[in-house]
Amino acid sequence: MNRITLRVEGLKKYFPVQRGFFQRVAGWVKAVDGISFAIEKGKTLGLVGESGCGKSTVARVILRLLEPDAGKLTYKGQDITFLSRREMKDLRREMQIVFQDPFGSLNPRMTIGQTIEEGLRGMSLSKEERQERRDRLLEMVGLSAATADRYPHEFSGGQRQRVGVARALSVDPSLIICDEPVSALDVSIQAQIINLLEDLQDRLGLSYLFISHDLNVVGYLSDRVAVMYLGQIMEYAETETLFENPLHPYSMALLSAVPTAEPGAMRKLKPLGGDVPSPLDPPPGCKFQARCPHVEARCRKEAIDLYPVGRNHRVRCWKVGES
Amino acid sequence: MNDALLSVQDLRVYFRGRDTLARAVDGIRFDIRPGETVCLVGESGCGKTVSALTVLRLIPCPPGDIAGGKVIFKGINLLGLKETDMQKVRGNQIAMVFQEPLTSLNPVFTIGDQIGEAITVHEAVEPDVLRERCIQLLKDIGIPSPEHRLKDYPHQLSGGQRQRVMIAMALACNPDLIIADEPTTALDVTVQAQILNLMRFIQDGGAMSVLYITHDLGVVANIADRVYVMYAGIIVEQGDTPEVFHNPRHPYTQGLLASLPSRSRRGDRLHSIPGAVPNPAYKPSGCPFHPRCSLAVATCTTRFPEMVDHGRGHLSRCPVTRA
Repeated sequence: MNRITLRVEGLKKYFPVQRGFFQRVAGWVKAVDGISFAIEKGKTLGLVGESGCGKSTVARVILRLLEPDAGKLTYKGQDITFLSRREMKDLRREMQIVFQDPFGSLNPRMTIGQTIEEGLRGMSLSKEERQERRDRLLEMVGLSAATADRYPHEFSGGQRQRVGVARALSVDPSLIICDEPVSALDVSIQAQIINLLEDLQDRLGLSYLFISHDLNVVGYLSDRVAVMYLGQIMEYAETETLFENPLHPYSMALLSAVPTAEPGAMRKLKPLGGDVPSPLDPPPGCKFQARCPHVEARCRKEAIDLYPVGRNHRVRCWKVGES
Repeated sequence: MNDALLSVQDLRVYFRGRDTLARAVDGIRFDIRPGETVCLVGESGCGKTVSALTVLRLIPCPPGDIAGGKVIFKGINLLGLKETDMQKVRGNQIAMVFQEPLTSLNPVFTIGDQIGEAITVHEAVEPDVLRERCIQLLKDIGIPSPEHRLKDYPHQLSGGQRQRVMIAMALACNPDLIIADEPTTALDVTVQAQILNLMRFIQDGGAMSVLYITHDLGVVANIADRVYVMYAGIIVEQGDTPEVFHNPRHPYTQGLLASLPSRSRRGDRLHSIPGAVPNPAYKPSGCPFHPRCSLAVATCTTRFPEMVDHGRGHLSRCPVTRA
C-alpha cells in the first residue's frame, strides 16, 4: 500500500553505558523505547520533544545509520528492517536528511556544486546531465546556478541550509527527514526555509518527518504530530486535534509553555516542575512520573500503553485512556 | 526621561579590524524606569548584546571602541567612571545573567562559594550570616533542599537549575537593574517557562528593573512592558509591548511579526523578509533596512531616517510606513 511512505513499529534503540576498567555494561540509555508511527505520501509528521527525548536518534535509526535493537521499519510496503548494506544502498536514495547545523553539515572543502552533485554520481548520468540537474536544483531552492563554484563559508546560514535541502533533493527522494532544520536560523530566514520546504512538498509530493522542539514551527508545517518524552510517544494526533485538545499532561505542559507573540496571553497554567530527566536507566512505570501533576501509585509500577481516544488520536496515559 | 533609572543616549560602539570598522551599535537611545521590564529584541548581529555589555563596560576595548554616547545610571555617566568605581556597580547595583550558565559558572567552585562571593565582593558579611543569605536566595528562586545544594558543583545541576543559580547570584546584592542576555535560549521550553515565571515573580511589586535581551518575540510578548526593536545597530521601533505587537509601524517589525510560524497560520504562506541581515562592517547607506524593504523609495537609500512619533511612546524609524 503505497499511501504510507514510512511505517515504524515498536522501534527501540538502547545504548550501553560502560564503566570501569573492563568496560562492563553498567546500565542502558533507552534512547528510543518503543516508537510507532506512519507517514503518508505527501504529508508531514511532526516529531516534537525536548532535549534527550530521543527524536534525533529516531531519525538515525530510520535511515539505518544506527541499527535498531527492536521493531520494524516498512518503507512503501517493503520491510527494510534487516536489509543488508548493499540492499539498503538503492533505498538510501529515497530517504534523505536535512540537518540542523548549516555550518557543520556541509564539507568545507567542496564547492556547493560538488556537494550537490555528489549524490548524482551513483546514477548513470553524463557530466552535462549532472551539471544541468545541479543548476536546476540550485534554482529550485532559490540560489543562483552561478554560485555552484563557491565554498560553504561564502554563504550565510540560511543559504547553506538551502544547499542542504538541494543536496537532499538531488537524488529524487520520497521521504525527507528534517532534523531541526531551522532551529539555528534567525526568524526572518526561518520563514524563507519553511516556505521553501512547503513549496517543495506541494510540487514534488514529498513526505516529511519534521523533527523539532519548536511547537510553533511544528504546528505550522505538520499534518500529524507525535509528542516524544524519554524515548516514547506520549501523544499522537492530527495537528488540529493536538493543539486544540491535548490530553496527555506532558503535551498540555509543552503547549502551555510555548510563548506566543500575543501580548497579554500570560500563561495561566502553572509551568511544569522539575527538569528534563536523563534517559539513563529510567524507573519502571510511566516515563513521565517524576513531573506529572496527576501521578499515582499505579503510574510507578506498570508500563503504560498508548490508548486510542478518538479518531487518529492516541495517548499514553491510563487515566485518560480509561476514563 | 527624568525618572529613568538607566538612560542610554546616542551610544556608538565600534569594532576595529585591520581594514574594517564594524559599527555594531550605531547611535541608540533607550531608557529604563524603576520596576519596568524592557526588552531589546532583534536578530543576530543587530547589536543588542553589545549594547547590554556596554552598559556594564564589559566590552574589551580594543578591539571595541565606545565611539560616543552616554550611559546614565542614577544620574551618573557609567562610561566616565574609573574601573574601580565601575566594579562597585557591577553585581551590586547592576547585575547580569548570561546565556550559557555552564560556561558562566566556575566549574571548580561550589554553588555556595559562588553565590557567597557575589555578596562578599561588595559587602563584609560574617560567615554564618552569609550562609543564611545564600540559603534564602536559593529558596527564593525555587531550588529545593537549598542547604544541601550549597555544596554542589555546577556540573551536578541541570541547565535550568544552573540558570536559577545565576539568577540567585544576580539577586544577591539587591540590584536596581538586572540585565539578562538571552537567559533561556539554551534551555528546553518547559524549563524556559519556569525561568520566565521566576523572572516575573522576583520583580513583582518591587522596584527592580529588568533589561531583557532576546531574539524571541514570544518571550518579549510574555514579559516585557516596553520593547525596543533593533536592526543593524540602530533602534527601528519602540513602544509599549501591546502597541508594538498589535500596531507595528516599521516594515522590519511588521515583517518579523508576519513571518512567525504558528498553528493558526497553517495553510497561509508565511511572509518572509527577503535577503539577510547586513554585515556591521558593510552597512547599506541611508536606512540600513532599505535593501530588504518593500516600501523603500529613493530617499531611503541616501537619507538616514529619523524617528516618527505615533503618540504614547510609540516611535518608529520610517518616514514611508503605511499607517
